Amino acid sequence: MKEKAAKKEKVSRVAMPEQKPEIRRRNFDEVPTGYTVAMAQEEAARCLQCKKPGCVDGCPVSVDIPGFINLISQGDFTGAIRHVWTKNALPAVCGRVCPQEIQCEGKCIVGKRGEAVAIGNLERFVADWERENGTGALPPQAPSTGKKVAVVGSGPSGLTVAGDLIQKGYDVTVLEAFHKPGGVLVYGIPEFRLPKAIVAQEINFLERQGVRLKVNAVVGRTVSLDELFEEGYEAVYLGVGAGLPRFMNLPGENLIGILSANEYLTRANLMKAYRYPDVDTPIPKGKNVVVLGAGNVAMDSARTAMRLGADSVKIVYRRSRDEMPARAAEIHHAEEEGIEFFLLTNPTQFKGDQKGRLTGMECLKMELGEPDDSGRRRPIAIKGSEFHMDTDLVIVAVGSGANPLLTQSTPDMELNKWGYIVADPETGKTTKKGVWAGGDIVTGAATVILAMGAGRKAADAIHQYLTWGW
Amino acid sequence: MFKIVKREEMAEGTVILNKIEAPMIAKKAKPGQFVILKANEDGERIPLTMADTDPDKGTLTIIYMVVGKSTALFKTLKVGDTFQDVIGPLGKPTHLEKLGKVVCVGGGTGVAVLHPITRALKQIGNNVTCIIGSRTKDLLILESQMKAASNDLRVCTDDGTYGHHGFVTDVLKEVLEAGDVKLVVGIGPVPMMRAVANLTRPFEVKTLVSLNPIMIDGTGMCGGCRVSVGGETKFACVDGPEFDGHQVNFDELMLRLQAYCEDEKACYEDYCTLREAT
Repeated sequence: MKEKAAKKEKVSRVAMPEQKPEIRRRNFDEVPTGYTVAMAQEEAARCLQCKKPGCVDGCPVSVDIPGFINLISQGDFTGAIRHVWTKNALPAVCGRVCPQEIQCEGKCIVGKRGEAVAIGNLERFVADWERENGTGALPPQAPSTGKKVAVVGSGPSGLTVAGDLIQKGYDVTVLEAFHKPGGVLVYGIPEFRLPKAIVAQEINFLERQGVRLKVNAVVGRTVSLDELFEEGYEAVYLGVGAGLPRFMNLPGENLIGILSANEYLTRANLMKAYRYPDVDTPIPKGKNVVVLGAGNVAMDSARTAMRLGADSVKIVYRRSRDEMPARAAEIHHAEEEGIEFFLLTNPTQFKGDQKGRLTGMECLKMELGEPDDSGRRRPIAIKGSEFHMDTDLVIVAVGSGANPLLTQSTPDMELNKWGYIVADPETGKTTKKGVWAGGDIVTGAATVILAMGAGRKAADAIHQYLTWGW
Repeated sequence: MFKIVKREEMAEGTVILNKIEAPMIAKKAKPGQFVILKANEDGERIPLTMADTDPDKGTLTIIYMVVGKSTALFKTLKVGDTFQDVIGPLGKPTHLEKLGKVVCVGGGTGVAVLHPITRALKQIGNNVTCIIGSRTKDLLILESQMKAASNDLRVCTDDGTYGHHGFVTDVLKEVLEAGDVKLVVGIGPVPMMRAVANLTRPFEVKTLVSLNPIMIDGTGMCGGCRVSVGGETKFACVDGPEFDGHQVNFDELMLRLQAYCEDEKACYEDYCTLREAT
């Protein structure tokens, strides 16, 4: 056994083929192009099939990773995808956007001495294989309970709840405020990271299982939470996302050419404005683009601006490289595509012309001081370091807050001091009877998979509540 | 899908009225609120404040001016055709209160927005004077409806072809000077609203305006509709669309409305050329 393991260590990870940076920086096609069957089986063979797999512990939705990888190595792709579905309703999404390096792959034993098994790539492979070659057979479903559940928000956590509860025999309706379902998967994450056809397919898969989707339904406006109960829903899950853009509150911030990342990405992704004028929604095309912030949303914004034809795209961030919140892979992809990084730099004001259009930004250089509340070293301005940066498009990607639209219209549900919904971390239960919540509206901006994990726990709790009454 | 059940052309075909089946929205909507409409799959999301609703029949009415590609596309929709998406009701409803003498001032298609607000203010017992205006007689809309919705209707045209020869602000000034006005609601093009707010300021009469900046989602998510009100940034979609006219930075709003004007102009011209060719 020891010998077998040692042998496998020498086999390096099968690299995912991807578009070359100089090509992809000007198109919206997906960057990694996917494993072939041979590549997937070769990579699957690297898995040690641990008796106590760390990878499963590292997965917020506890996918049986060795189980599905074993089925891939046996060539049973249908079996593999069905095995994944028992724990994860959105494998084609998770295979692409999960931060595997700090979750499943971060705990992989093979990774201790070399490169971890490419679990994300394999998950993506089976989901794609099913989409392209599968029979379309649905997972098994429990007999109908005759009980109605409403899910508010069709992002990753809402869809997870819908997928779990439909399989448990509930009548599930998902309400979405936008005209298209998918939440952040559709309006936020760009086509080149997560093709929208794939999101549509995953949602169609839920619809085929019986999940009802109501778009254009703004809960808090079109219908209130209490009205949902009056309509006969016995439990409601709130997965509405954070959804309130933060700005810098600097002079000149309302000049034309300064957009929140939410607006910029929604135009590009949901409204497909990168195809303007073939579609009707325009998007500002900056020559010298600046993105404020260094998280995944900032990387997505910067890479989108590059694809829209910018001459230069700069990430401006007030801390140093070590503190950048984006995934290493995203930063790497951005750098490969020619995005420049202005670290330890902070804007102080925006400058515009007489027409109210942005022309530039005043900045200060920063240095790192003592750690602050977040545990990261606090950036401090360096005296006399003022300098000017020309820019005609600034995208503000410095995080988001809690959108009050729904919570304001629901006064009997407790919120914390930042306006996020107070929910039991183990069950998602809120202080309002029959209402659960999860994802960014509880935790603040986080990842797709954490939102899905919260959805999974809430779905279990809703099932218990509707079965036993607690 | 949201079916158009009635369609009218007004103001020489430059302004279109659509009555649309949208029962959920019609049931909920209150004066001052808006909807977002999208004609088809590739369409733009266009915010329009509702001109009327009929909760019993499940319909809402919008009245819009054809100004660009999206509204030109809306104009091609006939009775029986559908909007792919209608979202709402959005924004805060008008704060309705019995105050006494109230003046409602409308210009252009702003008159349509003003209509349900005027009616509601009268219904709760206010004495409502309504002043509406347009460039010329043939462009005036909703005269009979506004007459019915108010206690006293005054009409102005810029060219003097009908009613008072001059601007709505001329008449408003007279009414303000007569005294006792407790509230002015001014809805129309931004320069008109700015003029109304500037006029009422020395009289210290509370003045509401309804703003329609560029926006996408209408739920506070994109921040595209930010306006400066009293030195603070507000989102028109969730904090408005109505604001204290004395606090609004109209200059900034006018500039921000021009954000996509070059793109839009090119797009509209292409669309018109294409339509003429086919």
